[in-house]
Amino acid sequence: MTLTLPPRTPMASRSLVQRFRWVVSDTWNVASRDLIHWVRQPVRIFSSVMYPVVSILIFGYVFGNAVMVASGGWNYREFLMPGLFGQSVVLGVGVTLVAIAEDTHRGVNSRFRSMPMSSTGFLAGRSAADLLNSTLDIAVLMVCGLAVGWEWRLGFGNVLAAFGLLLLLRFAMIWLGIFLGLVIKPENTSVVWTILLPLTMFSDTFVSPQTMPHWMGVISEWNPLSATVGAIRGLFGNPGWGGDSWVAQHSLLMAVVWPLAITAVFWPLAVRRYRSLS
Amino acid sequence: MSSPVLFAEGLRKRFGGYYALDGFDLSVPAGTVCGLLGPNGAGKTTVLRILSTLMRPDGGRATVAGYDVTRQAAEVRNNIGMIGQQSTVDDILTGRENLALWGRLYHLSAANAKRRADELLEQFGLNAAASKQVKYYSGGMRRRLDLASSFITAPRVMFLDEPTAGLDPRNRIEMWSAVRALAQAGTTVLLTTQLLDEADQLADQIVLMDGGREIASGTPDELKARTGGDWIDVTVRNIAQLPAAAGVMARAAGGKLQTAAGEHRISAAVADRAHALTDVTRALHDAGIDAEDVTLRRATLDEVFLLLTGKDAEEVEAV
Repeated sequence: MTLTLPPRTPMASRSLVQRFRWVVSDTWNVASRDLIHWVRQPVRIFSSVMYPVVSILIFGYVFGNAVMVASGGWNYREFLMPGLFGQSVVLGVGVTLVAIAEDTHRGVNSRFRSMPMSSTGFLAGRSAADLLNSTLDIAVLMVCGLAVGWEWRLGFGNVLAAFGLLLLLRFAMIWLGIFLGLVIKPENTSVVWTILLPLTMFSDTFVSPQTMPHWMGVISEWNPLSATVGAIRGLFGNPGWGGDSWVAQHSLLMAVVWPLAITAVFWPLAVRRYRSLS
Repeated sequence: MSSPVLFAEGLRKRFGGYYALDGFDLSVPAGTVCGLLGPNGAGKTTVLRILSTLMRPDGGRATVAGYDVTRQAAEVRNNIGMIGQQSTVDDILTGRENLALWGRLYHLSAANAKRRADELLEQFGLNAAASKQVKYYSGGMRRRLDLASSFITAPRVMFLDEPTAGLDPRNRIEMWSAVRALAQAGTTVLLTTQLLDEADQLADQIVLMDGGREIASGTPDELKARTGGDWIDVTVRNIAQLPAAAGVMARAAGGKLQTAAGEHRISAAVADRAHALTDVTRALHDAGIDAEDVTLRRATLDEVFLLLTGKDAEEVEAV
């Protein structure tokens, strides 16, 4: 076996522009790896399509008919769909986390870190892939929603705004997910699901917090997911539960503040953790 | 001779209460293969992780290709390749796609990355499997692809962490030939191994580690010579005579003893090669011990390890 060396190129100048181009190309390369995974694993496509269908069946039809009474004449599924959009976005924490934990465990992250590529590029690539994934998930959910009687009533601009709020929350969940993925061992990732699922329930996703015990209602109202779901219900012109607490009245504001706050905390934590991983 | 490509001085790294590295020095000249040899927990991987900028030392300093590993990490990364204990190539991608992706991550243009991928597939003997997804590769092919992927920019230094762990003998030999080819192409290789045979086969220089520090270093021959270089093996016909034989050999050979009771055999390090065989044979005869076989031979690295640490390499691994 003989190996030939490629000509050694002197280290390229590291101007700001060059560095920026590398970050962009690293981001794209890492993201494209994920997208190829997605396309070549039909199981993953299947589960992202089945998840909304099953959710709508369970919450819209199994539980939905019992809830309809409480929601004052509205079709419950019109109340439900924004909740499911929000829930799918928060459950995305798990998707990010598992992917990161696997890469860490398999030594892929160490490998990346020993290379002349930017840590920003790697982490940004991860988020780009996840954002794209979530966009598809929400789009599929919306189509399913339209099929069961959900609709938007206030114009397409509002739909885009609602989409933006959902992706903003997803963006925050990515950094939370990356941080947790770097901290948690792959064999423990299932624990996260058992915590995550209830957290999406202690909110206004499925029922009004007013029907819950007082303490739980307060937690649910302050749940970041409630803010986003409440805000997009407003934007879509779907029925909300019309709470009169401060946080319920300011869901649009909180739907921006919460994700920014979560990102502000977990972005630096995730980057720090990634760089010092050992 | 120019300054060493790999240099470390007084490296220390603490995990919780214990020192994984406790004053480790290293100096490796360009274009050679250096083997870090030692049991689990000796600190081998920690050395690799510090030199490849994945971990910061708590004390001491180290340079790679002249660049300081903590202050000039970016330059270091531009000059190294690193293969960890696990395979980092992607299962879902094909071999060619893997190499092209890594090429782009090393900031080659898309066209150059493709061309380099094809060259490497050819050189590492993976042409036939180039368009197959890596999940269908054998362990050896996967390992070669790993190696190819870190050879994209032909790094000046290659770090290999237990490169043949989990490979069958045939694949191990293939991997060895790949490592030799790297060195022949001018890359300095630092590898860790628990296998004395592997270090013996590949390394120009072996650094024997235990408890976070170097306990000996030199060429394989120099290390073997440290034990006096030679051992004498005595096999007794009757196992009941084994303890008596041990006593005789301790006096006659003058070195450290090793007993393999299951094989009725005692080995002793020999201080004086010229007289050992006759001395031991006569002493056994005088003591009335019936020896089936008496042979004089060169030490193995296993024995070097035993002598220098007071521990058996495999015993330590089992901990």
